[in-house]
Amino acid sequence: MVTAAAATNLLSVRGLSVRYGEHVALQGVDLDVREHEIFGIIGPANAGKTSFLRALNRMDEFVPGMHVDGTVTFAGRDLRTIRNLYALRRRIGVVFPLPVGLPLSIYDNVALSPRLAGVRGRAELDEIVERCLRRAALWDEVKDRLDGLGSLLSGGQQQRLTIARALSQQPLLLLLDEFSIAVDPVTTMRVEEVLKDLRRELTIVLVTNLVQQARRLADRTAFFLGGRCVEVAGTEALFSGGARDQRTTDYLEGRFG
Amino acid sequence: MVPAPGSHQGLDRLDGAWWRDWAARVLVSLGGISAILFIVAIIVFIASQGLEFAWNRLSWAELLTGARWEPTANPPRYGAWPLLAGTAWITAVAMLVAVPLSFAAAIYIGEFATGSRREWLKVTIETLAAIPSVVWGVIGLQVLNPLIQQWFDTPVGLNVLNAGVILGLMAAPIMTTLAEDALKAVPDTYREAAEALGATRWQVIWRVVLPHARPGLSASVLLGIGRAFGETIAVLMASGHRLLPPTSVFDSAATITATIAAELGEAAVDSDHYQVLFVLGLVLFAITFSINLLADGLVRGRRRRA
Repeated sequence: MVTAAAATNLLSVRGLSVRYGEHVALQGVDLDVREHEIFGIIGPANAGKTSFLRALNRMDEFVPGMHVDGTVTFAGRDLRTIRNLYALRRRIGVVFPLPVGLPLSIYDNVALSPRLAGVRGRAELDEIVERCLRRAALWDEVKDRLDGLGSLLSGGQQQRLTIARALSQQPLLLLLDEFSIAVDPVTTMRVEEVLKDLRRELTIVLVTNLVQQARRLADRTAFFLGGRCVEVAGTEALFSGGARDQRTTDYLEGRFG
Repeated sequence: MVPAPGSHQGLDRLDGAWWRDWAARVLVSLGGISAILFIVAIIVFIASQGLEFAWNRLSWAELLTGARWEPTANPPRYGAWPLLAGTAWITAVAMLVAVPLSFAAAIYIGEFATGSRREWLKVTIETLAAIPSVVWGVIGLQVLNPLIQQWFDTPVGLNVLNAGVILGLMAAPIMTTLAEDALKAVPDTYREAAEALGATRWQVIWRVVLPHARPGLSASVLLGIGRAFGETIAVLMASGHRLLPPTSVFDSAATITATIAAELGEAAVDSDHYQVLFVLGLVLFAITFSINLLADGLVRGRRRRA
């Protein structure tokens, strides 16, 4: 699969299937994610969106019963052949649906990943923490209480803290799984602005239940249904009646799901 | 920040963190596996001590159903039914005492008591769990014994009732602690959701908290049974140690553990009597093992359905 196209594709997914025991969650997905794009994934519940993200992070390694088949090429490398799983995960940031402020101070939440990677200098950590909190549009609200517990922030703040934490490891790829599910609309809009900016630095895969969010943010969008990828198309084309598959049109127009 | 050329090179480098992770995994695996090694070693030891007799001269039918335990008579009789029955009777009485007591205490501590009262109760119960069993034996001998004689007008107060009550009181603290842990593990969101429907405190406990905590509560009961089965010295002191199958709670009785403790010192090493006591140990082991297996199956079965 390593062809000329791989130079601009950060991710190439071929024949990806995920099953949990007997239950098949994802089947035969083929798609490419280009560098510096926001790649949206939409679809109803049980479409396999989250399983797709989990496979990218090699979550199956620690989840009993979870099996992944097919190949995922990340930055030109077959995921399966990467020997140091943790090094891979340091290059992929993940934001889960519900905010997870770790029971550490706000500062330590953001400094955790750099510290795990061996960064010790206070000045360097200060710089990383401030930069990431600014990027996540949280700095102004917490700069005076960086020693406060991250788990005591409000839901929306915790979610931005989670994003700041994901950015602190300087990932090549950011996976967002319905990040706005527990966040108020104002915060959602602020985070969306941040994501648009981040596109210059990294690549984002955005799973969302809000079709309009995909429309606002994604360069291209995939529609998942029942564990299959129905189609991938440029977001504008998809939303202006360009869907090739009737099921996509139905979903976008709210006729099911 | 374009992925710099070679930005993915570190993906194959096994750094210090990777090796520390590997080493830690190996160490904790050894720790986990050592439990299996110990248990296998214990079985092998117990079996080896009684093997020659069990293989050549023991009648299993007599051991498990024979009503006469006369290891020093001539000819000796090795019928352990009185001991099995005594153990079962005393354990049953102990659970009749311990289950209501510990569940009530756990529900009170977990669901009703607040603040310092709750903390004090927890400390007290933990202290109760630390009382040595010989102290419980003395209480059975000196306190319960005359009380039972007086209240129930029996000639002897050292019997199934006495030993069962003592064992029940002994097992209750640890069962309370475990049951309370099970209740605490029920998320508050469940309670709030039920309360929002207008459920009373008791309805919330009965219909939401207890069902959700059932695996943990069952585990606490089975641990209590295991404790009652295995306890030796307190039972020896409180049960009267009569080598006949009890027919009521006012009969004196003997248990497997108490018999092993009482007779092992007297039996000549490698004699039939010595060996049969180890076979009894094996029987005890088989019973506790089955109980644990059953408990595990119950908990798992429930989880699968959930």
